[in-house]
Amino acid sequence: MTTLQAVFEKARAEDRAALVGYLPAGFPTKDGAIAAATAMVEAGCDVIEIGLPYSDPLMDGPTIQDAVHRSLTNGTRIADVLRTVEGVARTGAATLVMTYWNPVDRYGAERFARDLASAGGAGTITPDLTPEEAGAWIEASEAAGIDTVFLVAPSSTDDRIAKVAACCTGFVYAASLMGVTGARESVSAAAEGLVKRTRSHTELPVCVGLGVGTGAQAAEVAAYADGVIVGSAFIRRLLDAPDEASGLAALRELARELAGGVRR
Amino acid sequence: MTATEDTLLTSADLAAGGARGDDPDARGKFGVFGGRFVPEALIPALDEVAAEYEKARNDPAFISEFDGLLRTYAGRPTTLTEVPRFAEHAGGARIVLKREDLTHTGAHKINNVLGQALLTKRLGKTRVVAETGAGQHGVATATAAALMGLECVIYMGAVDCERQALNVARMKLLGATVVPVTNGSQTLKDAINEAFRDWVTNVDRTHYLFGTVAGPHPFPEIVRDFARIIGVEARRQIQELTGGLPDAVAAAVGGGSNAIGIFHAFIEDEGVQLHGYEAGGRGADTEEHALTLTTGSIGVLHGSRTYVLQDDEGQTIESHSISAGLDYPGVGPEHAWLKDSGRATYHGVTDDEAMEAFALLARTEGIIPALESSHALAGALRLGRELGPEATILVNLSGRGDKDMGTAMKYFNL
Ligand SMILES: Cc1ncc(COP(=O)(O)O)c(C=O)c1O
Repeated sequence: MTTLQAVFEKARAEDRAALVGYLPAGFPTKDGAIAAATAMVEAGCDVIEIGLPYSDPLMDGPTIQDAVHRSLTNGTRIADVLRTVEGVARTGAATLVMTYWNPVDRYGAERFARDLASAGGAGTITPDLTPEEAGAWIEASEAAGIDTVFLVAPSSTDDRIAKVAACCTGFVYAASLMGVTGARESVSAAAEGLVKRTRSHTELPVCVGLGVGTGAQAAEVAAYADGVIVGSAFIRRLLDAPDEASGLAALRELARELAGGVRR
Repeated sequence: MTATEDTLLTSADLAAGGARGDDPDARGKFGVFGGRFVPEALIPALDEVAAEYEKARNDPAFISEFDGLLRTYAGRPTTLTEVPRFAEHAGGARIVLKREDLTHTGAHKINNVLGQALLTKRLGKTRVVAETGAGQHGVATATAAALMGLECVIYMGAVDCERQALNVARMKLLGATVVPVTNGSQTLKDAINEAFRDWVTNVDRTHYLFGTVAGPHPFPEIVRDFARIIGVEARRQIQELTGGLPDAVAAAVGGGSNAIGIFHAFIEDEGVQLHGYEAGGRGADTEEHALTLTTGSIGVLHGSRTYVLQDDEGQTIESHSISAGLDYPGVGPEHAWLKDSGRATYHGVTDDEAMEAFALLARTEGIIPALESSHALAGALRLGRELGPEATILVNLSGRGDKDMGTAMKYFNL
């Protein structure tokens, strides 16, 4: 059984959804990211997505753009990303890398898959890689024994959903809304329908991301999805904190609130 | 439909793209280049644009409406102008300019914009977003939006807003909302990111009126086809003027739309050399240039596999050029393909060389070119010296220089 399978099995046994937290490597600092993700795990995250900071984050809203920009300014390199994965995976949480395609393409697909697996990474989420271009990456990931998570969106036709889901292992990422990452006042009404449509094409768990940031929203999504993905809301806590210690405390508080939400 | 006195385009110019065998494949690939590297959420929108374009290019009503706008609104056909006094500085070769600067709004961008604005209406959408660097594509888009009653939002890097203030004012006057983009390098690449973010958020009523032959499929194909009229006209005109085909065609390359627009009609003419000129900025040996094809490496940027200015880990490197329209670290995938196939050759022209050509054309011929086009002019000066006095060089004068007077005033202390 893969790490991700174990996570969803455990969550199902506890009759709850899994909690997935996102944080870019190198933010707020290289070591700070490991400390922050560790705090998120200790306070209830089942899965951590470590963002590989990229200069042109086309799918991200202002909060993640800001964090990624700071990370790149800190000089974060792929070696740092892998080191972050290693540190976080040590907590026992399933640790994925969320990355735009070009850095992996440049690093070499096979090499990246191998190095991520050696760092203890469970797989990747690739927001700008679609089935048409994903062949080589799926092959490399299979060979390295890591999962490949791709996205479906409210605009996806049933045909597209089937195609994307067939490329996924671990889980399917359902983008709740048409838009970029960022916390929202309310979770998009499109999410539930998308999860339903996705389920008719796959046995894999379906996790919902984009726009979730509170315990109440997590509870709402947990009622119909296998996992709840939260990114910008965590980053916001760190950006708003006056120092590292209070940032970690705020992260823990949010993770506990969300962990409560997925158990409601 | 064949071209007559009153029509510019034949149906073959748009519809027979597939038959010419130069369309990208089903995945939008030119060889290994192109494709789609975008969030899944945008795939249906790209499919929709591709499908509608396929219908439009085969629809005589669409072609004749586009043709009519090109003639009666954009001011086509644009003339050729031979520039002998300028050519004296090129060893006496014949230099002939294709005058896209004389189109309405003053640059070749109007051709693509009119085509895509018509496509927007066919798609049933009421709002367009666009990126702009020099502001020419933004002005052209705002113009077409005003003409067709579309809501228009233009994303422009904050740095570019400053160096092209006049164009910002023009866009506002035309009724567009101009959003300065303050993240990243605050230039064209960041404006493109922001326009994509808007598109994915508002896609149900919005078309992304992409401004060059880059980006995900089908943009490289659509923008090329709408810009193709430049070369279609020029090929006919230069034969009338000189009795034959030119020895070389020269164009500036930012994203690549004016270059592909003039190159395309000559691709099958094996004797005609195709030369693209990128912005060399402060020089290839510095870090301040936009030499994507000449010094970059293959990667993915803005949804397309192509040559990119990137570091060893795939992070985009910020480009530099004195000309905002060439200040872009990517390039259209068809150019990448033309480069690797050897059919076209790409070179760099520095800021200083471009400024020299800019001033030279003004003094010798009474034409103030856009800084972007000045790169092609500088290239033509070099080409003339290489090819000798017997050679004829066709240059795409992609735009006029009014927008660049601020830069020129600073550079020349005017
Ligand atoms: C006059 C002019 N020429 C050239 C360009 C470069 O674009 P492209 O390479 O797509 O023709 C621009 C872009 O703004 C422009 O305004």
